[in-house]
Amino acid sequence: MARMKFLCDAERCIECNACVVACKNENSVPWGVNRRRVVVLDDGVPGEKSISVACMHCTDAPCAAVCPVDCFYTTEDGIVLHDKDLCIGCGYCFYACPFGAPQYPQKEAFGVRGKMDKCTFCAGGPPADNSDAEYKKYGRNRIAEGKLPLCAEFCSTKALLGGDGDMIADIYRKRVLKRGGRPQTWGWETAYKAS
Amino acid sequence: MKLIRKNSQASGAGSVSVGMPGEAIGRRAFLRRSGLTLGGTAVASMLPATMMRKAHAAEGYAPQAGVETVTRRSICTHCSVGCGVIAEVQNGVWTGQEPDFESPFNLGSHCAKGASVREHGIGERRLKYPTKLENGKWKRLSWDQAIDEIGDQMLKIREQSGPDSVYWLGSAKHSNEQSYLFRKFAAYWGTNNVDHQARICHSTTVAGVANTWGYGAMTNSYNDMHNCKAMIFVGSNPCEAHPVAMQHILRAKENGAKMIVVDPRFTRTSAHADLAVQIRPGTDVAIMWGMLWHIFENGWEDREYIRQRVYGMDEIRQEVAKWTPAETERVTGVPEETVKAAAKMMAENRPGTIVWCMGGTQHTIGNNNTRSYCVLQLALGNIGKSGGGANIFRGHDNVQGATDLGVLSHTLPGYYGLSAGSWGHWARVWETDLNWLKGRFDQAKVVGDGGKEVSPMNYKGIPVSRWVDGVNEDKNNIGQRDNIRCMVYMGHAVNSQSRGPEMKKAMEKLDLMVIIDPYPTHAAVMNDRTDGIYLLPASTQFETYGSVTASNRSIQWRDKVIEPVWESLPDQTILYKFAKKLGFADELFKNIKVDAGRDEPRVEDITREINRGMWTIGYTGQSPERLKAHAEHRATFNTTTLKAEGGPVDGDFYGMPWPSWGTPEMKHPGTPVLYDPSKPVAEGGLTFRARFGVERNGVNLLAEGSYSVGSEIRDGYPEFSDKVLKQLGWWDDLTDDEKKLAEGKNWKTDLSGGIQRVAIKHGCAPFGNAKARTVVWTFPDPVPIHREPLYTPRRDLLPQYATYEDRKRHYRLPTRYGSIQAQDFSKEYPLVYSSGRLVEYEGGGEEQRSNRWLAELQQDMFVEINPKDANDRGLQDGQMVWLSTPEGAKIKVMTMVTRRVAPGVVWCPFHFGGWFQGKDLKDKYPEGTAPYVRGEAANTAFTYGYDSVTQMQETKVTLCQIQAA
Repeated sequence: MARMKFLCDAERCIECNACVVACKNENSVPWGVNRRRVVVLDDGVPGEKSISVACMHCTDAPCAAVCPVDCFYTTEDGIVLHDKDLCIGCGYCFYACPFGAPQYPQKEAFGVRGKMDKCTFCAGGPPADNSDAEYKKYGRNRIAEGKLPLCAEFCSTKALLGGDGDMIADIYRKRVLKRGGRPQTWGWETAYKAS
Repeated sequence: MKLIRKNSQASGAGSVSVGMPGEAIGRRAFLRRSGLTLGGTAVASMLPATMMRKAHAAEGYAPQAGVETVTRRSICTHCSVGCGVIAEVQNGVWTGQEPDFESPFNLGSHCAKGASVREHGIGERRLKYPTKLENGKWKRLSWDQAIDEIGDQMLKIREQSGPDSVYWLGSAKHSNEQSYLFRKFAAYWGTNNVDHQARICHSTTVAGVANTWGYGAMTNSYNDMHNCKAMIFVGSNPCEAHPVAMQHILRAKENGAKMIVVDPRFTRTSAHADLAVQIRPGTDVAIMWGMLWHIFENGWEDREYIRQRVYGMDEIRQEVAKWTPAETERVTGVPEETVKAAAKMMAENRPGTIVWCMGGTQHTIGNNNTRSYCVLQLALGNIGKSGGGANIFRGHDNVQGATDLGVLSHTLPGYYGLSAGSWGHWARVWETDLNWLKGRFDQAKVVGDGGKEVSPMNYKGIPVSRWVDGVNEDKNNIGQRDNIRCMVYMGHAVNSQSRGPEMKKAMEKLDLMVIIDPYPTHAAVMNDRTDGIYLLPASTQFETYGSVTASNRSIQWRDKVIEPVWESLPDQTILYKFAKKLGFADELFKNIKVDAGRDEPRVEDITREINRGMWTIGYTGQSPERLKAHAEHRATFNTTTLKAEGGPVDGDFYGMPWPSWGTPEMKHPGTPVLYDPSKPVAEGGLTFRARFGVERNGVNLLAEGSYSVGSEIRDGYPEFSDKVLKQLGWWDDLTDDEKKLAEGKNWKTDLSGGIQRVAIKHGCAPFGNAKARTVVWTFPDPVPIHREPLYTPRRDLLPQYATYEDRKRHYRLPTRYGSIQAQDFSKEYPLVYSSGRLVEYEGGGEEQRSNRWLAELQQDMFVEINPKDANDRGLQDGQMVWLSTPEGAKIKVMTMVTRRVAPGVVWCPFHFGGWFQGKDLKDKYPEGTAPYVRGEAANTAFTYGYDSVTQMQETKVTLCQIQAA
């Protein structure tokens, strides 16, 4: 069984925001909610790097560990999903998530936080696959259609890879080898300092 | 403890329903109705982002379970990369986008803009009905009434002031067929006052490059960049402007290519480069000559290439000798070691390519800049080689096509120009009586640019950059009978043009403004008119079909994704309606079938007419049938060479990049790399064009010892004509039918295509085989030289690098240079002001700021300012400031304090509109059509300044001051 993963190649990410827009388009994500976003470090100076971040679909997901209503579940593909009918919008998962993935749409202008919303790896949620009910609450279920998340499929430079973790690792490994001595992903420049 | 799941119906999903209709109502009907009511709801940008309601999620456009989905293919309408778009449509509603993995250009990818194109089909901010401004109020009217009223007024203006008083402003958003039709339409109306955005985008490129080696277009392709060993980007920022191109660029980099970015800013592209060269804005020639100084000094130039294929390099050497490292640093601000490193990188890594964009073109010396880039590449021997070339990235999706098809004031389609012979050629293609055409124009001669009398029909019209002066200037000073009195803006963003206050004045002076666009545009609101503005809703390219030319000259066919939304109509239909009203429809559409009832001309008929006339640049081989076959079999093309490997279109290059010589029956595969002699012409090889004669001052202008593979003439040769064929003894290779049409004609005017066929049969390029020229003796500066911008902070460089003298007449208008530069504004306005692109937006940004997915990502117009300049003025990040310029304009924008710009330089994105000099104009839009995001147009504050050859506007360097608002 595949284990779904995202990987963003910081050497290729150009902060074009295709991933962010692809997500909005495919899942009808409302204004103000960003299931995916691009983070830029050292903006405007040498060393500038960007990376696209969403839910990482952790194996031992901290959001699930802290959820008071236990609304999270992991699919057989290793995708972490949640049930909006159970969610109480408390925000504890936001606290726990190392990536800031959980989002909370506002119900109304002066209302309280709404149900949590996050990246589904384009795998929808509890209702029947690709039913209207599923689309309305979670967006499109591409995985059920045999497709991969649109953010990764649309990525302008193929920086964002999404799919079976083993295949992604293969693609990325080949790139690393091809680039030879060039610095690779984040942290390498620090962890393996070239002298 | 597990909680018990509640009834899902009761709990909702944290969203507000827009009220999905029952299945009984067709969704199309619902959409039409919902727009009427939603039109009155709050616009997104009124609310803080967190307060946005799901009402804007447009659930009515959601894919539905169990409903049949059809897939249609189109091409992205944003930039010139030409990304394939796969659309999913249910019941006529665009419900999804899928990656087009088979497209050799984007391999499934998109940038933010491409990922959002579905919004065009479902957006709520579209202009929905023909609307006119009457007593300060927008009023809906029918198409028939609108065409009638506008037509009557145009005919009245024509009678009183002549055809030149109506200006036809077209678009790089037209398809090829619409572009061609638009230019032809202007000709039949009887004016050369027709132009489009290319004027303010790459006109200096087209002029500079075509005058160097023959054609003014990108020589290679995005895909061919995989083969580069070095890439130098000048005033080009593909990470924001051509993001999918970065896929190919980074592939080259991963193959080991070196990457240099020359730009006043440290751009997102600079962040990926091996070397970032930050120049002072407007010093492109200086940096090129500075690099070339090192190349000549070290003998890194390709001497054999220059001997065989380049004219005038010795004159360049003399100029370059002045650009010592010290002088280069004094002018550009770049230290010697950086300039040398860049030169060395290009010299040691060949073939290398140069890429340039608006950073280089939008200057008073834009034509000098573009030619200096060409010279660098010629010196290195990089042109006409895979992995080399001048990869000039065009802007809009079809700016290459609209340029090729002559939506320009100085030429007819195919760069034929406006001479009597050019009109003769096209009249033959159109099967229209030349005398009738002549009669459509103003008859009285006027004093032309050179001071000689000229007929309006043969006199280049006012360019788009100057229409404002065509309205405002005293009519005794202009080269036509009367001022412009009516402007037709068909797909144009006026906020992409400089001198906002002058433009406002011009708009208020006009009799009539006609705006034909999917959106109301900044033009509809930036003026204080109370009457005489018509807004006509145009369809986007997703609501019609036809061909589009990508930057690399490949032509792609678009299918129709959805029917035109609301009451919008495709451009070709609108033009037909106007032609009918104005009385020349039968003549204009003589060979183009028009579907009665819909008033819709057949697009394929227009393509075929293009094929019959465009011999100069080889738009003749790409028949609709071949184009459709390429779209269908796009998976069979190699993604580096673009050549089909097997399959039904085996051997063709994707989209038959022009020139695809001869008739479609000749099956020329297209030319993937211009001027590449390593292939036979029949298989896409080429030489430099013999365009400038055969000899100059006793020096041979034809190639020497260089020729394309398989050429029977093993040396340079002039362009082909009936006479040349006869001299060579090849005349009898023509068929009898061809002979009839070819007699007295040349490769550009022979409608049989026989001359081209026979030349190619003998391995020759129809346009000859010459040297590229580094000296353009017909231009104001034959050898490109540096001249300071009109508004320069470096008064110490004057008069050494002074601008031109004022001109009395240039494209029908007085054009000022020296008289502006003579005044010193640098004390009061000490900061250099420049502009550029953001990835989410494009051009005037009307479409994208009206697109909720994109608008959300860039909500504020801003100015980038270095921390030093901000601190000197006591400014903080995110603060509102006034940016003012020497001609009196001021704009209110937000600061973004960043080291991306050097001290002394500030930068604004140019996509905003909907504000004017501090005022939000939201209330002036027709109800429900204001873009989600509005802001000051950067160009409102840009000042005077126009290129000495093409009238390109200077929107990359002026002076400004910034203070807290």
